[in-house]
Order: sequence, then C-alpha cells, then structure tokens
Amino acid sequence: MSYETITVDIDADGIALVTIDLPGKSMNVWNAELMREFKAFVDEFCTNDAIKGAVITSGKKSGFLAGADLNMLGDGDPAVSGGASATKKQQFDSAFALNAMMRKLETSGHPAKALIKGEVSAKPVAAAVNGLALGGGLELVLASHYRIVADNPKLQLGVPEVQVGLLPGAGGTQRLPRLAGLQNAAMLATQGRPIDPQTAKSQGIIQEVAPVGELVAKAKEWVKANPKVTQPWDKQGFKFPGGGGAMNPKAMQFFMAANAMAQRETNHNYPAVRYILSCLYEGSIVPFDTAIRIESKYFLKLLSSDQTRNMIRTLFINKQAAEKGEARPEGVEKQQIKTVGVLGAGLMGSGITHVTVKGGMDVVVLDRDMEAAEKAVAYSKKILDKRVLRGKLTKEAAEEFLAKIKPTADYNDLKDVDLIIEAVFEDPDIKADVIKKTEAVIRPDIIFASNTSTLPITGLARHSERPDQFIGMHFFSPVDKMPLLEIIPGEKTGDRALATALDYNAKIRKTPIVVKDVRGFYTNRVVPPYINEALLLVKEGVQPALIENAAKSLGMPLGPLALSDETKLDLGLMLVRSTKKELGDAYKPTGVEDLLEKMVEGLGRSGRVSGGGFYEYPEGGKKHLWPGLAEHFPVADEQPTMDEVKDRLLYAQLVPAAQCFAEGIIDDPQSADLGAIFGWGFAPWTGGPMSHIDTIGAESFVRTAESLAQRYGERFHPPAKFREMASAGEKLYGKAA
Amino acid sequence: MTEAYIYDAVRTPRGKGKSDGALHEITPVQLATQVLEAVRDRSGIDAGYIEDVAFGCVAPVGEQGAVVTRTAVLNAGYPETTAGIQVNRFCASGLEAVNIAAAKVMAGETDLAIGGGVESMSRVPMGSDGGAWPTDPETAFKTYFVPQGVSADLIATKYGFSRDDVDAYAVESQKRAARSWAEKRFERSIVPVHDVIGDTVLDHDETIRENADMQSLGGLNPSFVMLGEQFGFDAVALQKYGEFESINHVHHAGNSSGIVDGAAAVLVGNDDIGKKLGLKPRARIRAMASIGSEPTIMLTGPEFAAQKALKRAGMDKKDIDIWELNEAFASVVLRFMQALEIDHGDINVNGGAIAMGHPLGATGAMILGTMVDELERSGKETALITLCIGAGMGTATIIERV
Repeated sequence: MSYETITVDIDADGIALVTIDLPGKSMNVWNAELMREFKAFVDEFCTNDAIKGAVITSGKKSGFLAGADLNMLGDGDPAVSGGASATKKQQFDSAFALNAMMRKLETSGHPAKALIKGEVSAKPVAAAVNGLALGGGLELVLASHYRIVADNPKLQLGVPEVQVGLLPGAGGTQRLPRLAGLQNAAMLATQGRPIDPQTAKSQGIIQEVAPVGELVAKAKEWVKANPKVTQPWDKQGFKFPGGGGAMNPKAMQFFMAANAMAQRETNHNYPAVRYILSCLYEGSIVPFDTAIRIESKYFLKLLSSDQTRNMIRTLFINKQAAEKGEARPEGVEKQQIKTVGVLGAGLMGSGITHVTVKGGMDVVVLDRDMEAAEKAVAYSKKILDKRVLRGKLTKEAAEEFLAKIKPTADYNDLKDVDLIIEAVFEDPDIKADVIKKTEAVIRPDIIFASNTSTLPITGLARHSERPDQFIGMHFFSPVDKMPLLEIIPGEKTGDRALATALDYNAKIRKTPIVVKDVRGFYTNRVVPPYINEALLLVKEGVQPALIENAAKSLGMPLGPLALSDETKLDLGLMLVRSTKKELGDAYKPTGVEDLLEKMVEGLGRSGRVSGGGFYEYPEGGKKHLWPGLAEHFPVADEQPTMDEVKDRLLYAQLVPAAQCFAEGIIDDPQSADLGAIFGWGFAPWTGGPMSHIDTIGAESFVRTAESLAQRYGERFHPPAKFREMASAGEKLYGKAA
Repeated sequence: MTEAYIYDAVRTPRGKGKSDGALHEITPVQLATQVLEAVRDRSGIDAGYIEDVAFGCVAPVGEQGAVVTRTAVLNAGYPETTAGIQVNRFCASGLEAVNIAAAKVMAGETDLAIGGGVESMSRVPMGSDGGAWPTDPETAFKTYFVPQGVSADLIATKYGFSRDDVDAYAVESQKRAARSWAEKRFERSIVPVHDVIGDTVLDHDETIRENADMQSLGGLNPSFVMLGEQFGFDAVALQKYGEFESINHVHHAGNSSGIVDGAAAVLVGNDDIGKKLGLKPRARIRAMASIGSEPTIMLTGPEFAAQKALKRAGMDKKDIDIWELNEAFASVVLRFMQALEIDHGDINVNGGAIAMGHPLGATGAMILGTMVDELERSGKETALITLCIGAGMGTATIIERV
C-alpha cells in the first residue's frame, strides 16, 4: 500500500519501518490525512501475516510528532469532533478514533480478555523517537511496546494539551499512570511541562535512551528478539506503579491532595485540569478498554466547549500568528539587525539589553557616564550568575553573553548600530535631548524606537529629524519575564519602521501587538481602571482579602492590591497629577485620588520596594495584608458577595478593553485578547476579554455592564458599538477567526 | 403519635484508639456484643421483645463490615428474630441510630428497639472505608472538600476564636471529665469491657488528662498547618470564604476529640411495652432533627439541627436546661455557644470528647446516655444532644426526664 504522510518499508525479517513524514510541513502533526493513513497501516499491520512487527520513526529532523494539529481542533473539524450536527454517538466515535487506532496497534486487534488469559499475544511495535514527541506524538510512543529515545537532553517528551484547555485524548491519561504512577502522570498532564529522555526513563515512561543514529537499528533488534508481546496492562495481575484504584490508600491520599492542589492552582477556572484528574481517578478503577473510553468522553466534553476554543484560538493560533509577524507590512524586506543601541541603562534599558543579547544580537548601551552604563552589564550578570549556579548555563557561555554588551557614555559608539531603542527617563525634555544627540551620529536609515509607557509617540517624533523612522515600543517590566511588546506607530511612522520593530520582536521572541498612539496605548488604558476599582472597593470598606481573593478567583495571577504595591502607588499618584495637569478641566476624577494621597503622602505606604503598601513585606516571611489599613479605611459591616466583587473587577477590565476596541485603539479582537493575557495577566482561561464577551454574548455583557453602571457609576457604561452588536446578535470573532 | 421512651442507656469506657490502647485486643463485634448483653441483662427482659437494633458505625468495612449490628445481635445471643441495621451518618451515627430506633417506635413499626453504635478506631482506622467525596475529583471539586481539621480552623478564623480560647475550652473539658469520674457521674451507664477469659480490660475512660493546663497545651503544634498550607486545602477553603487572607490554625491533638474505641446502646420503646415488661422509663424523646449545612466549613450544622429540633418540639432555646454537643473540635462548641448564646456552664457539663475521645459510630448514643444520667443526677428536666457531621450536616435530639 502506498501512503502520502508515511512510508512503510518491510525488511527481510518482516519488520515494517514506518516513517512519518508529512509532505510540505516542517513538523509532523496528527492531521486528518495522517490519521486516515496511519489507521490504514494499523489495519494492514494486524491482518498481514508477512508483517511480523513494526518500528515507528519520523522522517523529520524537527522531531518525532508534535501532537494534534491545533488548527484542526480549533476549527471544530468534523474529523475530530464529528461536527455540530452529529449525534453524541457519532461525536464520540470521532473523538475516540485515535484512541481506538492506538489500542488496535498495541493489541494487534486482539480482545483484552484473550491477551490477559495469555491465549494470544500482540505483534511487537517499537517507537524510535528521534526528536520531540508531544501530545498525540508521545501518546503514539506510549502505545508502542518498546520506546527508545535519542540521547538528547533537550529533546522534549510531554503532554501539553492542558495549556490550551484540552487533555491528552489518545490514551495519555491512561498509559502514563500505568507506566509512571499516578503522581508522575498527574504532574505531566495537569501542568503540561515536557521532560527530557533521562527523566522519562527514570519514571518508566520509556525503556531506552540511545544515540540518534542507532535508534532504528536498536528498535528493530528489539522487535526481532520479542516476536510475541503484551502491554503490562493487558497482563494478569497488573498493578499501578505506586498503587492505584479506588480503594488503594496511597491512591486515595494522592487524589485528596491532588484535588486540593489543583483547585488552588486553577481556582475552578480550568475544567481540563479537573477532567485530567477524573480520567486518572476513574480510569484507575476500570480495565484499560473502559478507561480510554472515559478519557475520550472527557476529551470530547472539552473539545466542544467555548473555553477550549477560546484558549486554542488566543493562546496558540493567534499568538503564533502575531509572533510570526502577522502585522508586518507587506513589501518590506527583512531587516538585518545585528547590533542594537540601547539608550539608558536603568531598569528598562538593562532589561531591554538583556533580552536583545538573548535574542542573538549585540548591544551598545549608553548612559550619561560609564558607571551608569555598566549597570546594564551588572543586571545581566546577576541573571546569568543564577543560571550558572543552578547548572543551567556554563561559565563560558555567560562570559560570552556579557561580552556582547558594550557599555558606553560616548554617543559616537552608536554610529554602527542597526536599531536604536531609547529607554531613558519618562520626561519629554530628556527624551528630546537624547533623540537629537543620537540622530546626530547614527546612520540616516536607522530606525529609532522609543520605549515609553505613557508619552504619545507622535509628540516624541516631533523631536526627530526622521519621524517616518520613529516608532514606539512599550516593554513591560521586568523585561526578561514579561511576554508582551506593544508596538506603537506614530502619525508619521512609516512601514519600514513597523517592519523593523516586528523583525526585532521576532528575535527577542515576545508576543507583539500593534496599537494606536493614544495616552496609555492599550494596556495602560485598561490596567489603571482595574486597579482603581480595587481602590474604590477599599474606600467603600470592602475587606481587602475579599478583593484580592475575588481577583484570584477570576484567574488573575495577582490581586489588584498586590499589583498596585508592585507598580508603586507613588507612581500612580504621579500619573494622576500629571494627567490632571495635562488635561486641565477635561480631567475626569477617578475617585481614588485622595486614597493615593493618603497612602503615599499621609502614611508613607507606596508599595513593595518602599517597604510596604497594602501589604507588609516582613523580612524572610510571607507578605500579608497590612492590618493598619482598616484604621484609615474602616471595614464595612455589610460585605458584598465574592461574585459581586468579581463582577466589578472583571468589568473594570472588560469595559475599558471594549472601549479600546470600539475606538480603534486596538484594531482586532485577536490583539486585544493577546495584549490582555500577556500584558497584564488577564484570566487566560477566558482566551482574553474579547473572547470572553463573545462567550457570554454581547447582550449579556451589555446588560451586566449597564447594571454595574447604574449601581457604581458611568465608568461601567458599555460602548455603543457593543450595544449595537448586542442588538444585532453579532460576535467579535467570525466563525473561523 | 406514639411516644418513645428511653428505658436504659449503657456504654463501654473509651479506650485509647491505638495499638497500645486497652481495647485494642477486643474486636468491634465484641464491643457491640457486650453493650447489647448489658442492656438485656440489666433489665432482665427477654431479648425477643427487642425487635430491631440500629447501630452506628462510620468505617463499616473489614471486621466492622457486613452489617456489624446483625453480627453482634447474633453474637450476643439475642434470638434470631431480632433484626439489625448498620447506620452511617458520620460522627452523628450513634445518635441517628437512636433516632431511628425511636422513629420506629413512634411510627408504630416496633414496640421496643435499641439504638447505639460501635467503633474500634484502633482496629479499623478512620477512612478505611474510602469514599468518593474527597477522592473523586468531580465531588471533591464540587464540594470544595477540605479535611475536618481545616474546617474547624476555618470556624475559629471566621468566628474569631484564638488559640487561647480553644485551649482554655479544652482545659475545662479535661477538668469536667475528671470531676465526673471522681464523682462517679458515669457509674450507671458504664459497662466494663472484659476479655475472652472474662477478666476486665477497661473500666474507665482511658484518655483523660486531668492535669492538662494552658501551658502544656500551648506547647503543642497546630495539626493542620501542613494539610492547609502545603496540600492546598487552605486555598480551597478561602475560595469559598474569600473575606479571609489566611486560615488561623489553632487546633491540635489537645483541643480536638481523641481517637478511641468504644460502643454504646440505648433501649427505646413505647409506653405499653415498658408497662408490660415492668421497665421504668427514664426519659422521653421530645424531638429529633437532621439537617444539611455548608460542607466546606462543615461543622456548623449543630446550630441549625438544634434550631430545627426546637422548632419541631415547639420549644425555645430557653426551655433547654442542659446542652450536649460533641467536642469534635473546641471551635465547634465555641461557635455553637456563640450562635445560640449558651453559657459554658450549661453545656458539656461532664466534659466531652476532647477529654474522653470520640469513637465515631458510638459517640452520639454515648452522649445521649450521659444526658439521661445527668438529668437524673441534677434533677433538671430537658436536654438537647447534638453533633457536628462530616460533609456539612447536623443531628439533634431533645430529651425530657420522666
């Protein structure tokens, strides 16, 4: 039989070498074609007596198999979900297809009962894993009887489905615990983090690690030596390593703790984590064939949920598209960026220097004197030293890294750089001075990017001789940790500047969004109202713990009071005052001006770095809410419910985000969703604020926002565009997105 | 409706629920057998009149499995016509079993029955019966399951009880238990446990620490910090009780109920059977109630069970002379006192499970018997007996001396 996605070579011993190699793809994935053809092979394998065994490998250097094609899953492809009009039974059969095929592969189509009684055995199948095997890729490996993996410590083995709201649906939740025990399986599947081959071997997930060139030969050798095989779980008396089953005391203890920890980590926002634990729990009580059916049912439940669709769309499809430069103007050739000039070696400049070198570029970092400029080197050194100490980096590599940073106080050193990123103090006069001095020495074609979180780019560009080459880049602090980059073209910014910014971004591997040049851009138009809402709640006498817990329950990584301690209350106060000064009569009071004044100037509580804000930060201890707060903002006798607080904190983000979209500050729902999740940690389970509005429906969004506006003020008023969408029954994302 | 009367109440002493406890060598069936024998032999009645026996048992597996009650009925030499049922309402099983016996009498199903319970925690450890609630992710997530100790600490956090408050309560419980033994207040109901050669192995509650004081209790580490903080149960509790930043862990082995072995039996019947057999009723059952309450905080049910029982009896809390609430954890009792404005002098007057232990399936019947004795001793009229229960429940019974 001939195939497109696989090749099958049967050798003189009757061993079929199956090489997966999807034509025209850089990586092997389970798509409809591979599923169809692999199934055809499995059918042939089971019926053709000339085939004595099989070795499965990949024809791609990039890896073995990277899992299911998420584009296919995200589309709700009928090949997987059976389509919306299908009956439950048809949908199940579609979701079960991969499971059924792999089960057939490992049993040679024999019934489990016959295998367990030893009446029959299966033909041997070995996986020769030459590169990463993730998700459905690893699951194919697990369904093989012998698993031999290349001895590359960087090779990833894992089941990352949970990260897009799914679970390993091709036997992963059943074979992993049967090989590695419940605890290892739960760690792998609920966290989704891959492990290396040696770890996998020590956990019993694979049997052998060998040089990549010897994999196939060794696999064949094993197949030849083991003509009759049975998976451990198809043998009489099989027991879970470390215990399993409903009545096993160790398994009970494990599940009790795992359930609690999973609730702590997910705040009940990620059903995939719960379902994975359910697959482990329920699956560990029943025979294998029942267990994989249970797994497929939970898989289907997730696959057909709005949440999974949203997560796949934002966290995978749209994130990748943005990172590949979807917003890049056409017709501009790829920009060569070898050396970047970073102006300012403060916290932001140092961070930008670090990620730039990490992205493979050299940096000339300039500050007013050498001592100041060298702070950027010290900043990187501190990060690298930690990695060296942990054995994650060699001393030599660290030195090589640091050698790529050239600190200077001399503008002439910038003359050969390929891109300027300015990160000096947020003061228009200082920035103007730096722009002039820099443009005087750099090549005339060089793009000048200004890192600012507040100052409009068009205004700054007025100080430039070449405003078409001037662009804004809003990095987030700490730069080496925060994944988002806001790119802001000013009025006169040209295509080449935008293309350069995106090409640079591709090297430092952040998630970029392009936003309009308005005060605060996108993220800083949404975060302040959100923090303000929390401060208003404090003023109303709501328990600070309730505010923080409500935010965590929403899925925010940090409570808003902790966040404002991090972002500094004095900075917030300064921003209020400068905005007031700039806008004059047009300034709209937020209602928290007095609270900020009291905290910063009255009580000297400006945040974490200045010794405490809403929280106390005891030396060596855990931070806790400042008990003194109640003296100044007394706790009210009547407390709102957690749901009420959650609504206010959620809509304090949804409404400003919707406004940004309605006003065209951000062009598309994709960017609004990406910017929210990767910029300020908006609840990832929603797929972003726009996805969330789609899921609850514009009508419901408008209704809740209006009701909040009535009770708490105009700030919750939904934008007209969304009212129109609500009455027209429209969605932000089209059918495909 | 037919009235149900309590004709007798007996219990074993409570033995330390470990392998070095005095009752560890005694099987649970024997514990149950010996209280059943005592009820029959003390009254001198023909056990054939006892139509049904309900016993609570919270870990009804292993040697406590297979309807331990029926096994004990046969083992005690009751006629084969006496039925047996095993009841599980977690910590209130013993009281619920008495309520079932009483309900059968009231409903006219039986004339004479026994309610009681048995638990050998040293031989069939707590949790031996497994269960979906905390382990099945579906139910654990839906109910925000946390272990009882974390719930007890949550009660202390929510209702403002400090470590000193709970320790002071525990010290008093020990004092009261010791005084009760010194004054022989339990004498009428205690049935010493004997071994296979007929020798007495235990004739007193084994775990009382008369000399416990604030200082000695103060030295104990809180028991549920690790479960709460490392295993994530505090976080789960706070997801429901968001007004708190953290849980104040105040409970430890010294202010929580002890793990013990023991059994109890209460003879319940209607008026006619008492007259017929020449039995003198000691108390009348005025009302019974069971309720469900919020399962994460779990142990606040007694307040609502008590109120329901009072309402069904047409009584007010002022009509209750003495209260008995199982001392599962000190905060449970402190919260109950706070909620119903009960003076410490009127509740758990003879000490409780903090001093004497809590043999899960039997405790409810034991403390009901304690109240029957106490009403007679003190000359008071009414008592309300209640227990907090796993998964958020409460059971209460009101009795009246006759």
